[in-house]
Amino acid sequence: MKDTDIKRLFYAHLFCVFSIILTTFIPSLFLEEFSVLETHLTWLCICSICVTILNVALYLLVKPNPSSKRSSISHKISRVLKSCVYFSISCLLYHAIIVLYGAPLIELMLETFLFAVILSTFTTLPCLCLLGPNIKAWLRVFTKNGATSIWDNSLQITTVSSVIGAWLGAFPIPLDWERPWQVWPISCTLGATCGYVAGLLISPVWIYRNRKQLTYKSR
Amino acid sequence: MRLGSGAFAACCVVIEVLGVAVFLRGFFPVSVRSAFRVQPLPPAPEPAAGMSSNWTQLPPPRFRKVVIMLVDGLRGDFVFGSKGVQFMPYTTYLVEKGFSHSFIAEAKPPTVTLPRIKALMTGSIPGFIDAVMNFNSPVLLEDNLIGQAKAAGKRVIFYGDDTWIKLFPKHFVEYDGTTSFFVSDFREVDDNITRHLDNVLKREDWDMLILHYLGLDHIGHISGPHSPMVGPKLKEMDYILKKIHISLLSKEREASLPHLLVLCGDHGMSETGGHGASSVEEVSTPLILISSAFQRKSGNFQPPEHVQQTDLAATLAVGLGLPIPKNSVGSLLFPVVEGATMREQLRFLHLNSVQLSRLLQENVPMYEKDPGFQQFKVTEKLHGNWIKLYLEGNNSEVLLNLGRKVLKQYLNALKTMSMSLSKQVGQYDMYSMMIGTVIVLEVLILLLLSTPKALCQKAEFEIPLWSSLFSLLFYLMVLVLSAVHVIVCTSAERSCYFCSVSWLMAVGVMMLISALLCVILCLLANVFENVKLPAKNSAASGSSWSGLDLLILFGTLGHVLSLGASSFIEEEHQTWYFLVNTLCLALGHEICRNHFLGKDFDHNLAVEGDFQKDTKKVLQYRNDSVDVPEYDKVHKMSSLELPEGCEKWLGLATPWLILICCRLLRSFNQTGVQWAHRPDFGHWLTSSDHKAELSVLAFLSLVMIFILVQRRCSPVSKVAMALGLLGVYCYRAAFGNVFLPWQRDNKDISKGIIEARFVYVFVLGILFTGTKDLLKSQFVSADVNIKSRGLWEIHSGLVLLAALLLRPHNLPVLVFSLLIQAVMTKFIWKPLKHDAAQITIMHYWFGQAFFYFQGNSNNIATVDISAGFVGLDHYIEVPAMFLTAFATYVGPILWAIHLLSFLSSENNSRSFCGGEELETEEKTENSVGEWLDKSL
Ligand SMILES: [Zn+2]
Ligand SMILES: [Zn+2]
Repeated sequence: MKDTDIKRLFYAHLFCVFSIILTTFIPSLFLEEFSVLETHLTWLCICSICVTILNVALYLLVKPNPSSKRSSISHKISRVLKSCVYFSISCLLYHAIIVLYGAPLIELMLETFLFAVILSTFTTLPCLCLLGPNIKAWLRVFTKNGATSIWDNSLQITTVSSVIGAWLGAFPIPLDWERPWQVWPISCTLGATCGYVAGLLISPVWIYRNRKQLTYKSR
Repeated sequence: MRLGSGAFAACCVVIEVLGVAVFLRGFFPVSVRSAFRVQPLPPAPEPAAGMSSNWTQLPPPRFRKVVIMLVDGLRGDFVFGSKGVQFMPYTTYLVEKGFSHSFIAEAKPPTVTLPRIKALMTGSIPGFIDAVMNFNSPVLLEDNLIGQAKAAGKRVIFYGDDTWIKLFPKHFVEYDGTTSFFVSDFREVDDNITRHLDNVLKREDWDMLILHYLGLDHIGHISGPHSPMVGPKLKEMDYILKKIHISLLSKEREASLPHLLVLCGDHGMSETGGHGASSVEEVSTPLILISSAFQRKSGNFQPPEHVQQTDLAATLAVGLGLPIPKNSVGSLLFPVVEGATMREQLRFLHLNSVQLSRLLQENVPMYEKDPGFQQFKVTEKLHGNWIKLYLEGNNSEVLLNLGRKVLKQYLNALKTMSMSLSKQVGQYDMYSMMIGTVIVLEVLILLLLSTPKALCQKAEFEIPLWSSLFSLLFYLMVLVLSAVHVIVCTSAERSCYFCSVSWLMAVGVMMLISALLCVILCLLANVFENVKLPAKNSAASGSSWSGLDLLILFGTLGHVLSLGASSFIEEEHQTWYFLVNTLCLALGHEICRNHFLGKDFDHNLAVEGDFQKDTKKVLQYRNDSVDVPEYDKVHKMSSLELPEGCEKWLGLATPWLILICCRLLRSFNQTGVQWAHRPDFGHWLTSSDHKAELSVLAFLSLVMIFILVQRRCSPVSKVAMALGLLGVYCYRAAFGNVFLPWQRDNKDISKGIIEARFVYVFVLGILFTGTKDLLKSQFVSADVNIKSRGLWEIHSGLVLLAALLLRPHNLPVLVFSLLIQAVMTKFIWKPLKHDAAQITIMHYWFGQAFFYFQGNSNNIATVDISAGFVGLDHYIEVPAMFLTAFATYVGPILWAIHLLSFLSSENNSRSFCGGEELETEEKTENSVGEWLDKSL
C-alpha cells in the first residue's frame, strides 16, 4: 500500500516537473520572441496556469484522500467556490507580504502580483487540492509531526521548499552585477520555481528513505 | 591555563583591537611621497640638443595677484546645472561668455575638507588616514604652494575656515579664522569673511588672497542639497564673486600682469547633504579660472572638461612663477598658459613633466617601463631639438609644427604619468591586511567556541595554551610563517607596513597567530570528542531545534557570510530588513500555532512523536507544564484591563503590525548606494513646503514617546520626561525646523542653545535617578523591581536624549522603535517564553535594523555630525564626539538597553543574565569594530 502510494507520488511529481520544464520552451513555438527572461510575465502566466491545470487534473485522477462520505453536488460546488476565494485571498496575502518585505507599493504592481500568484500556485493550490478549504487541516499539516499521510509530507516539503526558494531568490537583488535576471521579480520567481521543482523531486526520495520512521495515525 | 570570563574577554578584545589595527594600517593607502629633502632642487634647465640653453631660471609669473575663492561643499551642478543658471547669474555669464576656463574637478575620496585642502595646495593625494585626522589637523610639512609662495616673498592673506591656520600656522601675513565645527551656523561663518573684503580689495599689499566660505557646507549638513537655503547662499556667493572680479578688473593696468580669480569647491555633497565617500555628487566640484589674460572663446559654450583636483596646485605654481610642489601628482591645466609663447609653453610642460617623472622614479620600482615615463624621455629629446632649432634662429613653419607635436606629446605623457601615480595611491597593502584578518578571524572563532562555556554557571575557561605551545604543530607553524614573512618582505615590489616593523615584533605576531591556531584546533578537538560521546542522542537533539532557532542561526551566519561581497556591505540594510521581516513572519507562525492549536497539542505531539527523547527534554517539558498555572496567574494580573479574546487577537496581529511598521520605516529613509536616490518620506518632510506637516508629525511623535515611555517610570521622571519632550519641541522650533503656535515673528532664528541645555538637564536628571536605583539595588537591597526600574529609567533618559539629537523627521523612527519594543514584550516574548539567547539575538537584529532605519549606512558620509553641536555654542571635542556617536548608534544602543531592562525584569535565571550581558557587551564591541572596518 505504502510503496504503491510512493510510486504514484513519484510519477505525479515527475509529471509536474516535466510540465514546468516544457513551459520554458514550448510557448516559443506559438509565440514570437518568447523567452523566460525577456517576456517573463507571459511565462509566469503560462507556468501558473499549467501548474494549476496539472494539479487539479492529478488530484482528480489520483484522489489521494478519498473522502469517506459521498457529498452532494451543491456541496462540491460550494467547495470549489470556496477554494477559488481562498486562492485569491492567498494571492492578495502574498502580495501584501511581498510589499511588506520591501517591494515597491505602486510601481511594478503587476510584476509583484504575478509573483504572488505563482507563489500561491506552488503553495496554496496543492493545499487546496489535497486538504480542501479547511484552515484547521492546513494548520495541522504545517505543525511539527502533523502529517497524516505521505501526501501531507510531500505537501510540507514542496510548500516549504518553494517559499524558501523564493526567499533565497531575493538575495542576488542587491548585487551590482547588472544581469537581466536580477530585475524584480525574476530572481524571486525563478527561485520559487527552482524550490518547487526541488521539493517535487526531493519529497518522494525523502519519504522513501524515511518510510520506516513515518508512522501515521488515523485521525 | 584557566581564565575567568572577564580576563578572557579582555584578552580577546585586546588581540582583536591589535588585529583590526594591523588590518586598517594595510587598508589605508599610503600616499605617494617624495623623499624629504632639506634644500630645494634647482629648477630643471631647458633641454637642448648639443648645446646648453641659457634659460635655467624659473619662468616668470603669469599673474600678478591670485584670489582663490573656495566654497566648501560646492557641487558641480550648483554652478553648471540649473541651480547655477538660477542663482549664480554672474558666474554663469562669465563661464558662457568666455573670460574664463571652467572645469569639473574630480576630488579623490575621502571627500572631507582637510584632505581636500591638502590636495588643492600640495597636489598630492592624501591617504584615508587624513579623514580621521580631520578633527585635529597638524601642521602641513609637505612641500606646498603656500610654503613656496612665502619662500618666494609673496604675501598671502587668508580668511575662512581655521583648518588652514592650523595647517599653515606662520604662512599668512594676515588672517582671520572661523571655526568650521559649529555646523548649525550658516550666516556668521560667511559674514566673518566678507566683512574684510572691502578693505582688502582696496589695498595693494598682497599677492595671494584665499577665502574659504563654509556656509554652504553647513546648509548641506543640516538640510541637504535641495534645501531652500541653498539658493540664497549661492546668490550670496555669486555676489561676492562679482564684487571681487569687478574690483580686480578695475585694478588692472596696461603695463602690469593680469590678475587671476579662482572659484572652486573642496568637495561636493551627496543627495542627503553629507560628504566623505565617492559618489558622483560628492567628488565633482566646479573649478573656474577667471582672468582677463584668457582669450575670449568664440563659438558656442561647451560643457566643462573633467580634470583632477590635484591639477590646481601645479597650475597655480606655474601661474605664479613658483616651483611645482614636489609631491604633486597633478598635470598642468594647459588652457591657462595657452596665451604664452611656444617656448614658454614648452618650458612649463617640461617643468611639470620633470617633477612628475622624479616622483615616479621614487615611488614606482619599475618606473622605466612606465609608458608615461618612456614617452617623456622621447619628448624631452624632441624638445631639445626644437630648442636647438629655435636658438639657431629658425623661424619657419617647420618649427611651429614641431612645437605643436612636442606640445601634444608632453600633454599625453603628463596625463599618463599622473594616472599611474594616482593609481599607486589606491593600492592596498595586502600582506598586512591578510595578517590582520587572520588574527581577527582566529579570535572570533575562539570567542564562538567559548560562548557555550560563557553561558555556564562557572564562567571559567580551560584554555589549552601550554599543551598547544609545546606541540610540534606550533613550531612548524612559526617556521612556515617566518619563511613566508622573509619571502614576502624580500620580494615585495612595494613597501609593506608589516615588513617595516622590527623582526622581533614580526616573530612575536607570527607566534601569536600560530598559538591562536593551535588553541582553536585543541578546542575543536575537545568539542568533537564531547560530541562523539553522546552520539546516540544526536538524532534527538537535531529535532529539538525549532524553526525560529534555525532562522536565528542561519540568519546570523548568512549575514556574516554576506559581508564577503562588497554589494552586500553597501546594501547591508537590505539584509537586516529582510531578516527582521522573516523573523516577524516566523514569530507570526509561532503565535498562530500557539493560539489555534494550543500549547498542549504541540507538546503532546512532540512527546509522542519520538520516544527516545532524552530525559532532559522530558524534564523541561515537565517544568513547562508546572509553570503553566503560575504563568497564567501572572498573565492575568498583567492584563487586567484586556479581555482574553481581545488579547488573543492583538497577539495575532502583533507580527503584522511590526511588519507594517518596518515597511513604513523603510520608506522613511532610503540608504545604501543603489536605491539611495529614490524619493523617501524623510526628504519630503524636510523640504520647506511641508514644514506644517513636519511640525504636526514631530508633535505627535513626542506625545507618543511620552505615552510609551512613562508607563514604567516613577512620577518624578514622568514630569521630567514631559518637560524634557516639551523642551525638545521648543528646541526644534527655535532652530526653525518646526512651527511654534505662539511664535508670531520668526525673524530671529537663534541656535536654540538654551532650550537644548534645558533638555540636557532633564536627561541628566533622569539618568541620575536611574543610576541611583541601580546602585541601590546593587548595594543596599537586592530588590529586583528597583533594578529593573532603574534600567528602565536609564532607557527613558536615553530616549529623551535621542529625541533631542535626532532630526525632527526621524522622531517617528524613535516612536516606532519604542512601539515595537512595547508590543513585542507584551505579546510575543512574555507569552511565548523565548529563552534569553533567542531574545538577545532578536534584539541585536532589531537594533541593527534600526541603525539603518535612521538613515545611516556603511558610509561615513551619512553620519549626521550636526548632532554633535546640539546645545554647544562652540566646538568642544569630547562632548561633540560623544553626541555624534550616540546619535549615530541610537538604534543599537536603545535596543541593547531595552534588552538589559527586559532580561532583568524577567529575571528567570540570574546566572543566565550575567552571561548575556557579557555577550552583548562583546557583541557591541565586535559590531563597532566590524562597522569601522567596513565603513572605511
Ligand atoms: Zn569641506
Ligand atoms: Zn562638510
